[in-house]
Amino acid sequence: MRLQLNGETIEAVACSLADLLEAQGFGGTKIATAVNGCFVPGPVRADHTLADGDMIEVLAPMQGG
Amino acid sequence: MRDFYGVTLANGFMLGTAQYPSPAILADAFKRSAASVATVSLRRESGQDRAGQDFWQLIRNLNVHILPNTAGCHSVKEAVTTAHMAREVFDTKWIKLEVIGEEDTLQPDVFGLVEAARILTEDGFQVFPYTTEDLVVADRLLQAGCEVLMPWGAPIGSGLGLNNIFGLRAMRAHFPEVPLVIDAGLGLPSQAAQAMELGFDAVLLNTAVAKAGDPAAMAEAFATAVRAGQLAQAADPMEPRDMAAPSTPVIGKAFLT
Repeated sequence: MRLQLNGETIEAVACSLADLLEAQGFGGTKIATAVNGCFVPGPVRADHTLADGDMIEVLAPMQGG
Repeated sequence: MRDFYGVTLANGFMLGTAQYPSPAILADAFKRSAASVATVSLRRESGQDRAGQDFWQLIRNLNVHILPNTAGCHSVKEAVTTAHMAREVFDTKWIKLEVIGEEDTLQPDVFGLVEAARILTEDGFQVFPYTTEDLVVADRLLQAGCEVLMPWGAPIGSGLGLNNIFGLRAMRAHFPEVPLVIDAGLGLPSQAAQAMELGFDAVLLNTAVAKAGDPAAMAEAFATAVRAGQLAQAADPMEPRDMAAPSTPVIGKAFLT
């Protein structure tokens, strides 16, 4: 299936959000996630099944004013 | 100084973490100023670079209070979702709530701000709203559950100082019990001192320090100015007057003509 990860199009097999994050190199990182504009808390990522066309945002701490 | 949601800060200097020449200079600015609060944000992370992870470690080592922001959000939904994500990442109920309404001035959309503040406070957040000096908006924010107000001094990044002294003084007088922070627009330490002399509890700034030729020295200068302004306010300044009044006693002056 085709997904949007932080604005980039990627191909992935059907999986959970947690699986995708692990496969994309986010394992063990301090991040927050949203799918299609809705916050997905860390504890429920494993239960959140992704669908074709989903837009995923992965955010991390960054400089801010 | 008034408490911020039950937290007593060591001083009234809140410092942003963006735009520094290097992480080391950022850390030095915090060290020399002893700023009590660091503002941070959330941005897209790369699974390869993991830039945010190094930044997170740097911030943790500062040992200051963390105030995540919703900078760049233009809608209530964006701001609320960002706040939820920030709460999870930074493990704090504090959120510097920004809902931007106008691109040229980065003026807050005060209607969206009040709505977002209500949603977030009902969900347990402790909201620091970036607002204007408008008293009616301020009152709505307090009704929405905010216990801190952060009016702008001038547009973000402008360095213009306190654009509306009258309005800010009125705000201080109108809400004597509410912790007030000047957020944005300061360019010089003298402006920070002025804010504190008006009775504000803290100032929050970023660009004036980060874009200075020597950010760490400027951070220390701001911290010193904040302290000076706070001391002056507590010392009960004299009332200004229109006409001169000699400070040297007239009695006893020699007759020399």
